[in-house]
Amino acid sequence: MTDSMAAGGDLAALQAETEAQLAAAADMRAWDAVRVGVLGRSGSLTGLLKGLGQVPAEQRKDRGAALNRLKGALEAAIEARRVVLEEAALDARLRAERLDVTLPPRPFPPGGPGDGGIHPISRTIEELTALFGAMGFAVAEGPDIEGDWYNFGALNIPDHHPARQDHDTFYVPAPPGGDGRRPVLRTHTSPVQIRTMIGQEPPIRVIVPGRTWRADHDATHSPMFHQVEGLVIDRDITLGHLKGCLIDFLRAFFGISDLPVRFRASYFPFTEPSMEVDIGWNRKTGELGKGGDWLEILGSGMVHPKVLANCGLDPRVWQGFAFGMGIERITMLKHGMADLRPFYEADVRWLRHYAADPLSPPSLAEGV
Amino acid sequence: MKFTLSWLREHLETDASLEQITTTLSTIGLEVEGVEDRGAALASFRIAHVLEAEQHPNADRLRALKVDTGDGRIYSVVCGAPNARAGMKGVVALPGAFIPGTGITLKQGEIRGVKSEAMMLSAREMGLGDDHSGIVDLPADAPLGQSYVAWAGLDDPIIEISVTPNRGDALSVRGVARDLAGAGLGRLKPFAGKTVPSAFASPLKWEIADPRACTWVLGRALRGVRNGPSPKWLQDRLVAIGLRPINALVDVTNFFTFDLGRPLHVFDVKKVHGTTLTMRMARAGETLQALNGKAYALTPEDGIIADAKGPEALGGIIGGEPSGCDEATTECFIEAALFDPVRIALSGRRHDVRTDARQRFERGIDPGLMPAAIEAAAAMMIDLCGGEASEIVAAGAEPAWRRSATLRFERLGGYGGEAVPPDTAVGILERLGFGVEARDAASVTVAVPSWRNDVAGSGALAQDPGLPAERARAAAEGCAAVEPECDLVEEVLRITGLDKVPPVSLPVASPVPAPSLTPKQARATLARRTLAARGMLDCVTYGFLEAKTAALFGDTPDALRLVNPIAADLDQMRPTPVASLLLAASRNAARGYPDVALSELGAAYRDITPDGQLAVAAGVRAGATPRHWAESSRAIDAMDAKGDVLAVLAAIGVPMAALQVTTDAPGFYHPGRSGVVRQGPKTVLASFGEIHPKVLAALDLTGPAVAFEVFLDAVPEPKRRRRGMPDLAAFQPVRRDFAFLVDADVAADAVLRAARGADKALIADVALFDRYAGDKLPEGKVSLAIQVTLQPKEATLTDVQIEAVADRIVAAVVKATGAVLRA
Repeated sequence: MTDSMAAGGDLAALQAETEAQLAAAADMRAWDAVRVGVLGRSGSLTGLLKGLGQVPAEQRKDRGAALNRLKGALEAAIEARRVVLEEAALDARLRAERLDVTLPPRPFPPGGPGDGGIHPISRTIEELTALFGAMGFAVAEGPDIEGDWYNFGALNIPDHHPARQDHDTFYVPAPPGGDGRRPVLRTHTSPVQIRTMIGQEPPIRVIVPGRTWRADHDATHSPMFHQVEGLVIDRDITLGHLKGCLIDFLRAFFGISDLPVRFRASYFPFTEPSMEVDIGWNRKTGELGKGGDWLEILGSGMVHPKVLANCGLDPRVWQGFAFGMGIERITMLKHGMADLRPFYEADVRWLRHYAADPLSPPSLAEGV
Repeated sequence: MKFTLSWLREHLETDASLEQITTTLSTIGLEVEGVEDRGAALASFRIAHVLEAEQHPNADRLRALKVDTGDGRIYSVVCGAPNARAGMKGVVALPGAFIPGTGITLKQGEIRGVKSEAMMLSAREMGLGDDHSGIVDLPADAPLGQSYVAWAGLDDPIIEISVTPNRGDALSVRGVARDLAGAGLGRLKPFAGKTVPSAFASPLKWEIADPRACTWVLGRALRGVRNGPSPKWLQDRLVAIGLRPINALVDVTNFFTFDLGRPLHVFDVKKVHGTTLTMRMARAGETLQALNGKAYALTPEDGIIADAKGPEALGGIIGGEPSGCDEATTECFIEAALFDPVRIALSGRRHDVRTDARQRFERGIDPGLMPAAIEAAAAMMIDLCGGEASEIVAAGAEPAWRRSATLRFERLGGYGGEAVPPDTAVGILERLGFGVEARDAASVTVAVPSWRNDVAGSGALAQDPGLPAERARAAAEGCAAVEPECDLVEEVLRITGLDKVPPVSLPVASPVPAPSLTPKQARATLARRTLAARGMLDCVTYGFLEAKTAALFGDTPDALRLVNPIAADLDQMRPTPVASLLLAASRNAARGYPDVALSELGAAYRDITPDGQLAVAAGVRAGATPRHWAESSRAIDAMDAKGDVLAVLAAIGVPMAALQVTTDAPGFYHPGRSGVVRQGPKTVLASFGEIHPKVLAALDLTGPAVAFEVFLDAVPEPKRRRRGMPDLAAFQPVRRDFAFLVDADVAADAVLRAARGADKALIADVALFDRYAGDKLPEGKVSLAIQVTLQPKEATLTDVQIEAVADRIVAAVVKATGAVLRA
């Protein structure tokens, strides 16, 4: 036994040599040769292991442990190289499977247009756009990931406000260099109202449809859902206009010209006075418009003076209203759908059943 | 909040029906969540006396009873209850009565030859519990013939309302009564607060060591009390609203939490260490053993009440177990304090303690009620437990809560939409407790009552820091000027009824409105419809997915990972909607629908800035085309995805001739069968291609599957240009075919471009109609066949002219691609 062996120097050399061979192995054949050369029946490491019996008893334990460590390291290195080589081989194969992507595509879609259709949520947003468009509203949009101020602070919902707890907010990490506040996945589309009031001089008349997010998941709640909000700011807009606008919309949307609509006092931090709005329906049959029961459908109110002031609008000059409702909710009511969950499931059977014809977009002429 | 009708009537003198009351509550903003009228179903059941109970002649387990119902008749009743015996009092149902526990309407009958004219009821049969071991056994002094529910106190409907966060004052029976009186449903009874003379010096004193912990506190000791269970009326009330009676002293504090909205705490004096209770902030490492059995590790942000030994209460939230009152208490100390609502809200949230006290303190407590509340509590405790009261000890001072607000009557119509007459408006405000300070024809100025911290309150603005200073100042001034008035408009209108405000349709500037979509928004709609018209199903999928899956499709920065995901597989904002759609394809395949075409207009998240959240039209096609007699089925391929991309781009007005396709698509695509569509070298409009086999495997898809993304934000706004005059030449077009042999890596597009460029005036169209690679050609070569359409404009082309153009076409293609013209 040499001194080098006693110090384990031969093992280090074997490891270095094997790693160099692996790095040099450019294909699976070369790799296999390295593997057999080390771990095969007459491989170098196999030889060392066999020779363990000849090591003096007092050194055998240490030597054995060192050999086992080396074996583990070499096996890992060999396996790692196999993954790299196989990926390279796959990449090479895929590159060889070349398609000239500059070729003109076929003139018709595969399978034809037969199955295509518009998701009920998209359809409802198109209907909202048409109906509110007729009342002079433009569509405003904004980001899903929002600053805390846009989602809460500007809307008169300070940190400690009990309403924050009702919102079940999703957060992403606070960006470095900021004020330490974590951005949120917007819990309503109201931040777009704020962006609109900051970005545009009144008069303002917008609806804001879009995705919203709350950490709530059960049969009637989805962690992602859709809202449409409306905002009207002018010099002389009153709560009477708010009621007129919503009644006009609800009756047109549900296609019931005498749909009963009821307004109840409520509270939201961002409006004052605030109202909840109910429509008449039959609780047992689900039929809208008759039956004597009331169904809460949306929240609304005159924009709170603090919200106006937060956005730089002088509440002595400007006033107006805002409202918000769940798009899934009004869609389910309109079409008599029972379950919220399939909206996001992309089950082709459900989509085919409920999808709208893309060639018949909603029009006021035909009725939405 | 829950309360019972009789409790409400202690504060409200009214003859309104239950229905009037509940309808009004919902209208004025105290939404009724439910009414539980336990007595209604049991109204016909009476207390009866069993005169005789004999063995049924024909049944071992039955007894034949003679029952006196108090109406002068003796009924024969067959009864199987083991406890039925002569002389007992019970509850009887007569024929025609509906038995709630069994769901049947009672009929007169005969059981094994003995007439049964009525039924003696068990608790379960009345729906009052699970006890069915025997019939209800009432005390001997239960009044014969009286309604059972009236005697048992069950005829008191329980009303539950949902109180909005601004209305701390309505978390009390008195507050609800006040609102109903304001709405004209009766008269608020005067506050009947009793007072108690002070008989001795308080053994405990208050100290406010840190005003953050408490601003004002009162205390009063009682001695010589005999604590024990509270009387039935008090227990019944607490049980009716869902509270558990503890003992008289504690029950009294709970009673006032609901009756007046004034949470109180009561310490056992003998268990308090030292003679001073201190309001201070907790020290790190201190813990509170609370009355709910839990221990709370306090932080320096928590306000506490401490004695010489340490924390005895998390102020305004929950009391401590060691100093609480129990049946052995003979000397107690009542606490009535004011705490900062914000601190209470944050402490409560930090420790996740929800108590009735916290709910009220974080909404704000009536500071004007402090002295009266501690008198009333002492009086009721002495009423129930005997003893005498000490002087009242205090620390801190009553906060300044007095505020005025002015309402210009014109604003009721000009803001609220209904010109409520001034007298009506002022009357409502007065009934709600606002005191008129000044009034003229145009306006009224009122004093805001101490319990309405939501009216003319002083919550700070949170103005956009980017506002110009002058604009911000004017807006803030305007807010201060009109906010109290808006509060008053709200008060008046919620009471007169928002339902009564006349609706007015929005005035429109023009009967023909301006477009409601910007060109960019219209493009998204067009893209969606274009894809649906190509057979794709428009989907809506979650914007987040499992980070591990997201990583297959691009970067998954920590900045886009949710801090508090709802599930581990929904934690990363997606790098592309393609990921969500492929997962959807995989789910559909697992259901037995492997051939799908799914699209989505949704966001791809690159970073948290608004510009980093891209609007993408994405799609996935998987499987094969349908089997059809006229068209055989084939596997979906990358050209299908390219077809979708080009259809979308054409629909949204992108000039198609200038587009280029490069092969540097993202890594989730097959590297040899994917492309990027560019407008100019820098602008990436779209990517498309077959999905990488490794991605397919990771998502349990067997393939083939293709996908595309169109980046709608990257598409420049189309210029609105008029089209020029069409050139409808009067001469016949000439069509010529050419076949070229090129190297396999020559892009077909290069051949087409070269041909097109050979004579821009004459060549109207170039189309690739055949591509062949196979064993009839040399290795590494393909044949591309094109049709060129020549459209002469001035004269019919001669053969010589045609040949000349053909030569130029061949030369151009050969020069550009190294092609060889095939014979």
